[in-house]
Amino acid sequence: MTAVTDTPRPAAPRPAGGIGQSVRDSLVVAKRNLIRMTRIPEMILFGLIQPVMFVVLFTYVFGGSMQIGDTTDPDVYKNFLMAGIFAQTVTFATAGAGAGIADDMHKGLIDRFRSLPMARGAVLTGRTVADLVQTAITLLVLAVVALLVGWRPGSAEPTNFGKIMGGFALLLLLGYAFTWIGALIGLSVRTPEAATSGGLIWLFPVTFLSNAFVDSSKMTPWLRHVADWNPFSATVQACRKLFGDPGLSPSDAWPMQHPVWASLIYSVLILVVFRTLAVRKYRNASA
Amino acid sequence: MPGAIHAEGLVKTFGDVKALDGVDLDVPEGTVLGLLGPNGAGKTTAVRCLTTLLTPDSGKAVVAGIDVLKNPNEVRRSIGLSGQFAAVDEYLTGRENLQMVGQLYQMKAKQAKARAAELLERFNLADAADRPSKTYSGGMRRRLDLAAALVVSPPVMFMDEPTTGLDPRNRQQLWEVIQELVAGGTTLLLTTQYLEEADHLAHDICVVDHGRVIARGTSDQLKAQTGGERVEVVVHEREHIGAAREVLAGLGKGETTVEQHTRKLTVPVTGGAKLLAEVIRDLDARGIEIDDIGLRRPTLDDVFISLTGHLAEQADEESDETVEAAK
Repeated sequence: MTAVTDTPRPAAPRPAGGIGQSVRDSLVVAKRNLIRMTRIPEMILFGLIQPVMFVVLFTYVFGGSMQIGDTTDPDVYKNFLMAGIFAQTVTFATAGAGAGIADDMHKGLIDRFRSLPMARGAVLTGRTVADLVQTAITLLVLAVVALLVGWRPGSAEPTNFGKIMGGFALLLLLGYAFTWIGALIGLSVRTPEAATSGGLIWLFPVTFLSNAFVDSSKMTPWLRHVADWNPFSATVQACRKLFGDPGLSPSDAWPMQHPVWASLIYSVLILVVFRTLAVRKYRNASA
Repeated sequence: MPGAIHAEGLVKTFGDVKALDGVDLDVPEGTVLGLLGPNGAGKTTAVRCLTTLLTPDSGKAVVAGIDVLKNPNEVRRSIGLSGQFAAVDEYLTGRENLQMVGQLYQMKAKQAKARAAELLERFNLADAADRPSKTYSGGMRRRLDLAAALVVSPPVMFMDEPTTGLDPRNRQQLWEVIQELVAGGTTLLLTTQYLEEADHLAHDICVVDHGRVIARGTSDQLKAQTGGERVEVVVHEREHIGAAREVLAGLGKGETTVEQHTRKLTVPVTGGAKLLAEVIRDLDARGIEIDDIGLRRPTLDDVFISLTGHLAEQADEESDETVEAAK
């Protein structure tokens, strides 16, 4: 091995701090996570299989016996279902973010990052942005599958391309907000395995105690109340509205009456709260 | 003038465990301090406090002239950290890893790329540069980790048990790299469980146990304090223990200890190999048959026994886990 030392380089050829540095550092970390994803293609594959399986199972197994409003027409259920599946899929990205960050902790990478002169939130922002890219890809594939099995936006109310894209934007925002919950879980548990199950388990009640898969107006009153105010329901209702899908909840609850606003407010609130908590946790993290 | 690394009264508690209990350190610029101690002694906690990863409960620390508690981000620009685990992304190639670290040290992309290529060459990783580091051997990963710590040629380096788990050849290689670094003027704080390693690399050694510095000095000073070399003899017949003891008492520099069941006698000596030859001649002259004889140098255990009266025992690993749990 030849000499290792050389003239020390300027440690900071760029000015320190500021939004510019945060963005740059986040992009460097996001790039790293995206490279990782391409090297573990099976992760993306499994991430796709699960929602596609749900679409097929719910459509063909439950489709014939579900009552939406006054009808049990399987085609109505199919169109009703998709917004729910999309929303559930984006929230499941939570587990991936949590497991990835827990793994970085476990392997000492978080220590490495924390010893570098980089922007504070960049490691987590980079990770969540990479997850957002993965979620977008998953959502795209899922939408194609949904169209293939017979989803037709505008089947109940007229819609247009802009509204449909608006629906997907709300879905991505919800997914992004939820990955910050995953980030906090990932920083709080001891192993990547715990982060995976800890990131998933609570999502089942959250996504099922909602209007995603059944007509929530047919639930017992207290459950209906929970479903009406569930942040997750707001995004589902907003998507149904924007996609022109059937089965809008007739509830008087504010989030059901103003689903687009409710979805935006809930997602931004989750994002701000959990980002703050996660970044604080990161600063004191130790493997 | 305070050194490149200077700490006073560092205290860090995890629950009931005092991981650091008032640690003072001073490492003059361009020198190497070896922090020697068993698992759970507080070595890693000390490194974590000095590298901004942990905030001590009390005490102060200055690294490269910058207050660690007041300006952690400034400190991060001037240090390199190479940890116990090879902290590289195993799905990224060696080159991608180094470029990423360079960019996060705020280098421009082009500069980070050039520096990565340079380091890969110097650490004999050029051939493997574009393979995911998952495929690297343990020694290669450790070299990559060290290269990542050297991306900006930091004036102050911290290495937490750099050679733990490496085979002798890789350890030797890493030692050479470290020696070159230090020859180039880098100040280094290194933790180790091996006296031999501290002996080989460090100018000064601090022995830590239960969060305290229990001894400091050069390697020779510590060894002298420990009692230096000793001769160990295992006699063939139990009846010969008495006679052998007489021989050793005559030549040794202290009390002879006897383990009856293993027929082993130990005596501190000075004079090394020459004295060993004398012992063998005398034993032979008296017709004492021996199974084994040797000159033993102090080990970490010896330093520990002599300094603390206890072994660097397994119990410390448990307290290490308690520390982990407390976090």
